[in-house]
Amino acid sequence: MDLTEFLIKTATIFVVFVLTLVIAMYSTWGERKVAGFIQDRMGPNRAGPGGLLQPLADAGKMFFKEDFIPALANKWLFIAGPSLAMLTALLASAVIPFGSTFRINGHEVALQGVESNIGILYVFGVVALGVYGIMVGGWASNNKFSLLGAIRAASQNISYEVAMGLSLIAILMMSSSLSLGEIVAQQHGGNWNIFYQPLGFIIFITCSFAECNRVPFDLPECETELVGGYHTEYGSMKLGFYLFAEYINMFISSAIISVLYFGGYNYPGMDWVYTQLTQALGTETGHNVATLIGTAVFFGKALFFIFFYMWVRWTIPRFRYDQLMNLGWKKLIPLAIFNIIITGAAVLFLKPMITAWLN
Amino acid sequence: MQLTNRSKQVSNKEMTFMERAYLPAIATGLAITIKHFFAKKVTIEYPEVKRYLGPVFRGRHILKRDEDGRERCTACGLCAVACPAEAIQIVAAEREKGEEKLYREEKYAAVYEVNMLRCIFCGLCEEACPKQAVYLRHDEFVPVFAERDQVIWGKDLLVEDMNNRYTREAWTKEEARTLDLKRASGEVTNVVPRAIP
Repeated sequence: MDLTEFLIKTATIFVVFVLTLVIAMYSTWGERKVAGFIQDRMGPNRAGPGGLLQPLADAGKMFFKEDFIPALANKWLFIAGPSLAMLTALLASAVIPFGSTFRINGHEVALQGVESNIGILYVFGVVALGVYGIMVGGWASNNKFSLLGAIRAASQNISYEVAMGLSLIAILMMSSSLSLGEIVAQQHGGNWNIFYQPLGFIIFITCSFAECNRVPFDLPECETELVGGYHTEYGSMKLGFYLFAEYINMFISSAIISVLYFGGYNYPGMDWVYTQLTQALGTETGHNVATLIGTAVFFGKALFFIFFYMWVRWTIPRFRYDQLMNLGWKKLIPLAIFNIIITGAAVLFLKPMITAWLN
Repeated sequence: MQLTNRSKQVSNKEMTFMERAYLPAIATGLAITIKHFFAKKVTIEYPEVKRYLGPVFRGRHILKRDEDGRERCTACGLCAVACPAEAIQIVAAEREKGEEKLYREEKYAAVYEVNMLRCIFCGLCEEACPKQAVYLRHDEFVPVFAERDQVIWGKDLLVEDMNNRYTREAWTKEEARTLDLKRASGEVTNVVPRAIP
């Protein structure tokens, strides 16, 4: 790897990192706005125009609060908890393809931190690690409510990861690749996976709600039962990191949903747009503008799913713990297995039949 | 006994497949919330938009002048006596020769002070006044103050400004609304228009 390539990669990763943080920051504002609007209120509108400076005000408040560690807490792990949560949340954004490529002086720069051939596996690995942040933090607090919240988080994440992985297998059977870039490229134009995998999509999105600890699966921080759940003892920026990690996770999972099921940066009629742009602006600029449009489409989809998360949050009440487990093990996993069988049958029999019929 | 026909009988029947599938119910819920998302908000954004409080609202005090611009108050002290919070202080003085343009009666209030921390805005001074001199405005609050020397309001703040006279022409909400609209459109110009919610 020569120096330019290294620098380009560094810059890409930096941009992805900053973008993730900014989107997560403004998700907190968006969440409060959406909450307000759904409840017939205005939401925050005092700090800056439309309340746009609210995230900064919140961050300032978080920083200036007392950084308290309970006397009987395990100090190292107490600090490690939110750090781990933040770290794992940020790691996953590296492999997401935000767009196709930029052409700068003959260099092809992929709008993706790392093009890994096991991209989706990497995301799964990192997301599975995310539960350690909650688990470690909850245990280190030396508080029964925190511990209960942490245990709930761990068991919930493990249960729903199974169904999530199984629903993903159906996608992998169709794409026969683990690389996220490859999976997106296969959904060229309007050929999105959602049309082939509606059941898989429903299972996947339900599980990603559970993985992000979002309503209706926010039992780990259930206020009515567990005070604050795993972050009962946290305050100041350590609490801020936990909450922030949740929003980063939300963005990551929205991005993953849009990549896996809604074609990422692909949109119907993109080829026509591409030829028009390259004819009008030349191969290099035209290509770059087309990529930018694709990236905007990608972010549109991801932001819609962030909105969907919020929309659901202010609609559905929390599940009871036994209902959560019943849904995860007795409904979603059998459905996911059924989906795999259907997909396998379709790939084996239906696809050759259709191709034979079309030829 | 059934009081309304809105009550719904609770039943423990087995849920149907559609009910157990959650998703149709969730879709209905999402439809309801998105309807609220786009609905017009009922919020009145207070400091920018002020709501009409009615023609009998008791706001800040005003010492009226008569149509010739003479102060009506004769410093009888009935308002101070009526005041349950003892917020009013009056020092009376006799009208000198040449002051007939300033004071309507032969005796006038040289000092008229209202302690705004004591005042409870009950309006008893208004009722007690035999000269229709003191009123509580229906269209203005006592502004927020934070300093001690802003607490006691003297005649400089209380006596009516002849260029911006206080009148209460509307006595119902509807009349007040139409009057507000007229002021906003410039048909009536005697008082500075307030923001209309």
